Amino acid sequence: MSLDFKKLMNNTASSIPPSGIRKFFDIAAEMEDAISLGVGEPDFVTPWHIRDEGIYSLEKGMTYYTSNSGLKELREEICNYLNRRFSLKYEAKSQVLVTVGGSEAIDLCIRSLVQPGDEVIIPEPSFVCYKPIAQLAGGVPVTIETKAENNFRLTADELKAAITPKTKLLVLPFPNNPTGGVMDKQDLEEIAEVLKDTNVLVLSDEIYAELTYGDKRHFSIAQIPDMYERTILVSGFSKAFAMTGWRLGYACAHPELIKIMTKVHQFAIMSAPTTAQFAAIEAMRNGDEDIEMMRSEYDMRRHVMVKGFNDMGLDCFEPLGAFYTFPSIKSTGLSSDEFCERCLREKKVAVIPGTAFGECGEGFIRCSYAYSIDSINEALNRIEAFVKHR
Amino acid sequence: MSDFDSNKKSEKVLALLHDDCRRSLEQMATMLDMPMTEVAEIIDNMEADGIILGYGAHINWDKAYGSDAVAAYIELRVTPQRNRGFDRIAERIYQFPEVKAVNLMSGSYDFGITVQGKDIREISLFVSEHLAPMESVVGTATHFVLKRYKYDGIVCCKPSKDEREVMSL
Repeated sequence: MSLDFKKLMNNTASSIPPSGIRKFFDIAAEMEDAISLGVGEPDFVTPWHIRDEGIYSLEKGMTYYTSNSGLKELREEICNYLNRRFSLKYEAKSQVLVTVGGSEAIDLCIRSLVQPGDEVIIPEPSFVCYKPIAQLAGGVPVTIETKAENNFRLTADELKAAITPKTKLLVLPFPNNPTGGVMDKQDLEEIAEVLKDTNVLVLSDEIYAELTYGDKRHFSIAQIPDMYERTILVSGFSKAFAMTGWRLGYACAHPELIKIMTKVHQFAIMSAPTTAQFAAIEAMRNGDEDIEMMRSEYDMRRHVMVKGFNDMGLDCFEPLGAFYTFPSIKSTGLSSDEFCERCLREKKVAVIPGTAFGECGEGFIRCSYAYSIDSINEALNRIEAFVKHR
Repeated sequence: MSDFDSNKKSEKVLALLHDDCRRSLEQMATMLDMPMTEVAEIIDNMEADGIILGYGAHINWDKAYGSDAVAAYIELRVTPQRNRGFDRIAERIYQFPEVKAVNLMSGSYDFGITVQGKDIREISLFVSEHLAPMESVVGTATHFVLKRYKYDGIVCCKPSKDEREVMSL
């Protein structure tokens, strides 16, 4: 008897559309001389002293599981780091959970909190995972469109209008992938004012916290005293330390929340990779200079890309965080999908349609500047030629 | 602008030039978010001050010359000259076109010299006929370079392919 897999599958999982990011990559991979601005991970290799600590841990035979929560030493270093860099105080024993990337921390947070029917507020455009995870937990995603005229920030009024008695969780994905938008202290205080008399919790995805540009450093909503207790801070090592392949992240929150998240984590994952945890201790202790070197390099590329798009007539908001630009392609009269498809076919440049990050991303494309200056220049030249002669 | 800010900007310009000196002024100005005139002025000043000595490419000479290219690192022990210290000796050594680098060192020898030639014989002759007979030189030790892995901050056999795989993020 052949099985009817369509009927056997979980309906929710089956109905979730695939990520729109891969589509153009797959085509680009088959093309000779194609240039991609699509990859959302650093082009730097993990700094050597961090890799060396990982290797050293293997040489010493540290190949066992760690505790479910992660190495005690690493959790302590995460607390030191968050205090040093963002003035945030957490207790290593009860408030920190080491996870398999920031993504697992997001998944754990949503699954530990959201019950069927609970509403999860998600500003869009944003990273592709929040909505599907909320749906898989039986939650109802409620999206709020962030707008270019508001610098792609979530406003207090928009949030207020979206909150209902069913709202369980607000996702705050700032600095933002794909827009590069950030929320500063004042913006977050206004959000806090809306939340303070509610039971709404905050999942603050701060994976790009170290990649901010201009005068202001990243500010976490957890730094606001009223918000500390209700905020689950999610971050990781991938972006700040170029450690994507090590798969290591963490969540910091109230002990009651971490307790439940740890329970889900121990049943689903057991513990995060041991070698990566030893390497991460080194990153936390001695990685500040690496962060600054990479941030400075991204900043230079950011200037080049923003100017390049504006010069060719594609309005480009100045991103103050992450490593993406999100230029508007509305002036071309093409949809995001058409633009990306034609640009790839005709000029062999892969960029990501804004719609991959929510329907409201229509009219925009995401371009990563986690590429060498030479690649960025070449890609900009080709996109300009496409825009001029389309 | 304070000296600190000015030095910081100069450092950034130098880093860009060292990385790729073919970049246009406009490109550097955009990357550094500075006016083009300011970048040009910084470069002019550094040229005038002898900080920027010239513009060249980073070359993997092993590849350029194939197996004929030979480089050697020579340790030189000398007797410093009265009133002139080591400088006078260094001036005599760096005049030779075969000498690519001369450094005064701490430790068990005085000068570290990088010499380049077309084969081992040429370098050996240079050491025995020009360096060793100099009146202040009391000893030499020649180390031939077998393979260059990294030079001036650049890995010689650096893979240039983007190894990142397709990922939905």
